[in-house]
Amino acid sequence: MTAIIHPDASVDRIGGQTSSRGARRGRGLSDRGIAWLFVTPTIALLLAINIFPLIWMIRLSFTSLNLSMSYLPLRFVGLDNYADILSDEDLWVRMQTTAQFVISTVVLEMFIGFGLALLINRQFRSHSFWTTIILLPMMLSPAVVGNFWTLLFQPQIGPFNYLISLFTGIPPSSFSMTGEVALAPWTIVLVDTWMWAPYVMLICLAGLRSIPDYIYEAAEVDRASSWRQFWSITLPMALPFLMLAVLFRAIENFKMFDMVNLLTSGGPGSTTELVSITLKRAAFEKWRTGYSSALAIILFVTVFGAANIYVKALNRVKQR
Amino acid sequence: MRKSDTARWSKWVGGALALFAGVALSGLSGQPAAAQAKQLTLCWAAWDPANALVELGKDFTKETSIEMKYEFVPWTSYADRFLNELNSHGKLCDLIIGDSQWIGGAAENHWYVKLNDFFAKEHITMDDFVPATVLGYAEWPKNSPNYWALPAMADAVGWTYRKDWFARPELQAEFKKKYGRDLAPPKTYEELKQIAEFFQGREIDGKKVYGAYIFTERGSEGITMGVTNVLYNYGFDYENPKKPYQMQGFVNSPDAVKGLEFYKALYKCCTAPGMTNAYMQEGLDAFKSGQVAMQMNWFAFFPGLYKDPNVGGDKIGFFVNPAGPNGHFTQLGGQGISVVATSDHQDDALRYIKWFAQQKVQQKWWEIGGYSALKAVVDAPGFPKSAPFAPQFLESMGIVKDFWAEPSYAQLLLDMQKRVHDYVVADKGTAQQALDSLVKDWTKVFKEQGKTVASE
Repeated sequence: MTAIIHPDASVDRIGGQTSSRGARRGRGLSDRGIAWLFVTPTIALLLAINIFPLIWMIRLSFTSLNLSMSYLPLRFVGLDNYADILSDEDLWVRMQTTAQFVISTVVLEMFIGFGLALLINRQFRSHSFWTTIILLPMMLSPAVVGNFWTLLFQPQIGPFNYLISLFTGIPPSSFSMTGEVALAPWTIVLVDTWMWAPYVMLICLAGLRSIPDYIYEAAEVDRASSWRQFWSITLPMALPFLMLAVLFRAIENFKMFDMVNLLTSGGPGSTTELVSITLKRAAFEKWRTGYSSALAIILFVTVFGAANIYVKALNRVKQR
Repeated sequence: MRKSDTARWSKWVGGALALFAGVALSGLSGQPAAAQAKQLTLCWAAWDPANALVELGKDFTKETSIEMKYEFVPWTSYADRFLNELNSHGKLCDLIIGDSQWIGGAAENHWYVKLNDFFAKEHITMDDFVPATVLGYAEWPKNSPNYWALPAMADAVGWTYRKDWFARPELQAEFKKKYGRDLAPPKTYEELKQIAEFFQGREIDGKKVYGAYIFTERGSEGITMGVTNVLYNYGFDYENPKKPYQMQGFVNSPDAVKGLEFYKALYKCCTAPGMTNAYMQEGLDAFKSGQVAMQMNWFAFFPGLYKDPNVGGDKIGFFVNPAGPNGHFTQLGGQGISVVATSDHQDDALRYIKWFAQQKVQQKWWEIGGYSALKAVVDAPGFPKSAPFAPQFLESMGIVKDFWAEPSYAQLLLDMQKRVHDYVVADKGTAQQALDSLVKDWTKVFKEQGKTVASE
């Protein structure tokens, strides 16, 4: 690649008739210069929109700043915001709600995604067509998904309730998927699974296709049953891919906001209020900037810590 | 890549940058010509009256040659969007029609231009406007002659009902037999609940209908703007009238608890299925589709409903928010118009306000679908007959109460949204627990704001 060729060496290759400085002046920037030219805007952007706000947010998390009352003097409150958050029972309930959502969706998406990948991997006739159909939900925007599922779940005109009614005989308008405490948490799990199981399928399919055929052929020669082949070859070799999918989906769903906000707004009451919705409300509706900065830091550390532990486990599996 | 290629690359990059700079510069040089025409941007919510305002604004442009540009945002994101804009000292809006509850924060944070000197200079007096709108939309601190807005859009919660259903002889007879009185617009909430129960699940013209539509929205302000209509009339108060910020025993008084229980009972007995997160638009949809007998909503929508080909005209009737056992009030809506302090066109914006305050403009505003707060318009002898909902609007504006307008109103509002929705829709805890928790939440907010909160 261009970037690793030393400028002087390339000048020598050109002929060495002019000095390297002269060549640079005459023919434009050096390789290193070009590299910096391309990288500098990215680094500047990264510093401006990621690193600087993060540092600023850490600073704000120790203050009493409330943007709706910015006329009040800014007070340094030490760890008060963190103490407030960690001792807030409501917030722990939100964390539990989030954990339930993440665990339920990830488990379901893994089972369904992996199952679909096994089916599609059989290379039956028109499997490409079905792959495309299955992948459609994940190509939609979460906002679109939230809105049209809201309509589908509408108790009086939505087809979902009619479908349930068809199989169970329960009157369609007698229950509301998004409005009942017992159903709403499962509703958001259902929609998220519908949308993202195909994504897991895609990752698993890549894993399944990477398993060399000769391993199965050897297993056939050893007269291993299909079940045995699945447990001893397919699952272990696809496991790193599955674990990767778990990581992606868990991180994504931990910060899930748009789809749930559109489906239930966190309701009924606070039944489906995920911690990201709490954070958004604290930051951009209540304008508690100091408090919400502290909450964002706590969430960041939680996700970052959990992801790190998980990645180490993933690496161990890969090495095995 | 060889060095010669690299040099060629750098020339390409240099050329591209030069082209980009050239285009950018030519764009800049073209700007002054476009900026010559004067323009004002007015920010408001996207709803029926905003369309009327666009129509009205054409006269202003004709008179002054100042072009009007509008930034309308749906109600559900209206507060988020514009409070963010004001908080960040943005220059998007020159004029803003801000919600009544924003006035405290807008004044304390200096987001709005104080209008006292301008009013004095232009001989605009607040005595010419309906007192409730001056208090609600213009003054901060409340009950002090410090004005930050001109009352622009008077509004309150009112009710619509299916006049054609109420008039059916068979229903009249059945209702009278059951309740011993005529089926007529309710005067009290008890009557409203009886009528709602009467219609709930009934089949009319082959279609199942429901009793009442009430606000239950969770995300912004919906359920609070609904429940307060009942709470006020049952005896809820925000604070001790003699001791500011003392909420214990007023927010969670036994009467307030009864009011909250009533709202839940009304929600459970008499609303359509799935109305767990419903506000203005869902109410309009429910009423227009012939689903409900009575609908709670803002007066601002009534001109549009009256014109509706399916449920308007002779089929629709209007009534004032019913009384409760301890009073007769309704929730104030509406907004004042203010000049944004960061605007570069403050003089032109003030010119718009001066123009808007004129009686002839206010009269036209009312005629085309806005709600004037000017006494000369609403107190005119012909006003009650000028629209079928005008008498109810007038009566409502005399009994309005508003939510907190403190700088911390957003926190106070979201706390109430959560507590009330948890109790009414999610069946969590009791009404007493919900209001006790609300007192705790609000106490915390006011303490953060530096206020002294007496507990007893």
